[in-house]
Amino acid sequence: MAPFLPISPGRWPPRGWAMAIGLALLAILPAYVSLTGEAFYMDLASRLMILGMAAVSLNLILGHGGMISFGHAAYLGIGAYCVGIPAYYGIYDGFIQIPLAVACSALFALVTGAICLRTKGVYFIMITMAFTQMVFFAFVSLEEYGGDDGLVIDLRSQFAGPVDIEGATGLYYFIFAALLATLYLVHRITRSRFGMVIEGARGNERRMHAIGYDTYRYRLTCYVIAGAICGFAGALLGNFTNFISPEMMDWSASGELIFMVVLGGTGTLFGPVLGAAAFVLLEEWLSAITIYWRFIFGAMLILVVLFWRGGLNGLVDWIGRAAWRKRS
Amino acid sequence: MDWTLFVTQLLNGVQLGVLLFLLASGLTLIFGIMDFVNLAHGSLYMVGAYLCASLTQWTGSFLLAVALALPLTALVGLVVEFVVIRRLYARNHLDHVLATFGLILCFDAAVQFLWGPAGMAIPLPAFLNGRVELLPGIVFPTFRLLIIAVGLLVALGLYLVVMRTRAGMLVRAGASNRTMVSALGVDIQTLFTLVFAAGAAMAGLAGMMIAPITEASIGMGNEIIIVAFVVIIIGGIGSIKGAFLAALLVGLIDTMGRSFLDTFLKLFFSDQNAETAAPALSAMLIYVLMATILAFRPQGLFPPKGR
Repeated sequence: MAPFLPISPGRWPPRGWAMAIGLALLAILPAYVSLTGEAFYMDLASRLMILGMAAVSLNLILGHGGMISFGHAAYLGIGAYCVGIPAYYGIYDGFIQIPLAVACSALFALVTGAICLRTKGVYFIMITMAFTQMVFFAFVSLEEYGGDDGLVIDLRSQFAGPVDIEGATGLYYFIFAALLATLYLVHRITRSRFGMVIEGARGNERRMHAIGYDTYRYRLTCYVIAGAICGFAGALLGNFTNFISPEMMDWSASGELIFMVVLGGTGTLFGPVLGAAAFVLLEEWLSAITIYWRFIFGAMLILVVLFWRGGLNGLVDWIGRAAWRKRS
Repeated sequence: MDWTLFVTQLLNGVQLGVLLFLLASGLTLIFGIMDFVNLAHGSLYMVGAYLCASLTQWTGSFLLAVALALPLTALVGLVVEFVVIRRLYARNHLDHVLATFGLILCFDAAVQFLWGPAGMAIPLPAFLNGRVELLPGIVFPTFRLLIIAVGLLVALGLYLVVMRTRAGMLVRAGASNRTMVSALGVDIQTLFTLVFAAGAAMAGLAGMMIAPITEASIGMGNEIIIVAFVVIIIGGIGSIKGAFLAALLVGLIDTMGRSFLDTFLKLFFSDQNAETAAPALSAMLIYVLMATILAFRPQGLFPPKGR
């Protein structure tokens, strides 16, 4: 695990720089696109930020809490269906859809988490996956909402006032703001007393228990928060793709989310966003080269696990140290 | 309720159950002995099916193809164990899950490269392609009966090997305490390589048995592997007896749920509600079962003793 970074006044850690540069690039991307007209990059960045949010929320339980959930894609699906199903009935109000998505995801996380967190290790991995399969099959068999074929969302969520996400730029900045809010929230959570208990329970649950913390409740709360954030990301994903299908909750989608977290660096704030970015860009790049891109992707996944611990954030630290040595 | 339909579905449930057992027995041993989560077990099921399909085309005989494809699938398992999996035993479950997830992507792409994107059907010889009348009015496909017979035979053979031979004794000992076994001078690494190959062969056999019915297709293992995991979790990780009983239980509940849940629900709800709810509920049934069992017995129904 990464040791605490020495905080020296006047100097940002390299990770801080990576985050600042990354977010700044995302912030000015629409301006660049409006100059060059390559709308494709906007789509790519929107997807990247939504998956980044989902990965940040997964990292809260996986990286900080040590709870390896193999079913996090369920919340993406639930969030998206909470946009799609009201839209199917003609309810487009974002102030209904988004709170609904967050509430449903939180509720699902509460009920399933209460059962899952009674188990440990492999059992936890498998039971979280089983619950996601349950939701997957439930939506597959809901013929009313498209079943296997999915459902088209004809209009995006509507908000009162100046917020309008029907256009690509409006949606882009809405997602960007959501990502910033998520990062801030998770940053505050991990630095709080609550976050310390979660970290402590990952390190040694018995000891945390012995000094008087009901770790089960702390973990469950953390699990619910992560689910709610991911449900929000799911609502954005539904809005972004204008189409929802059970495919979003396929177990491989959950596996991909874990990959993003590990690729970026577990237990770090901005790592999962870097991981999601690398994932989306690689997927785009490799699938343009060959139809067998999944082979390269899979091989890379294995190599990352075998030889490259610490993820992209580790790389950022390394570059930062190298740059610092050169200057001093 | 229709009596003949009930018996036929019962047999279908048993057939699904033994198929699941072929997958789950290898999985539970790999899991039990080395504490290794192998998501890619379903890929070996797919590889077995494709190898058998190609060999059936070349040799013209399904049975010969199965006989040849079995050692080949075991060989694929050996190679995978040697190249990737061996390096992962000392790692945590997260690494296992990720690396074997990567293996699945590799296998799916490799199969697409070698055999093309379309599925492959396996033609059955005439004597297996018919139907037999088991009881007056109950007619069942011969091949599905063969699947049940093969599954039960493998289960019996596995039981004898595990309970009556020296290698089986080591496997059992490894499943209950692997540190102690290796401290006593047993080469647990070789033991595990062999178990992995045997598990691969059994998974491949399951693929060969189902492919004549559904045809071999890319990603065919990715659905059933989750159900196989449900089976070993319900049965208790590391227990072959648990895997067998849980496989039959899951096979029966899944098949019976799909055929009779709507009839059952109609006893309590209106016809329309029952018909809407039944498909969703029956697909979820085995997961509900698993969640219920884990909520009350987090170790599964038959955890191996000595843990």
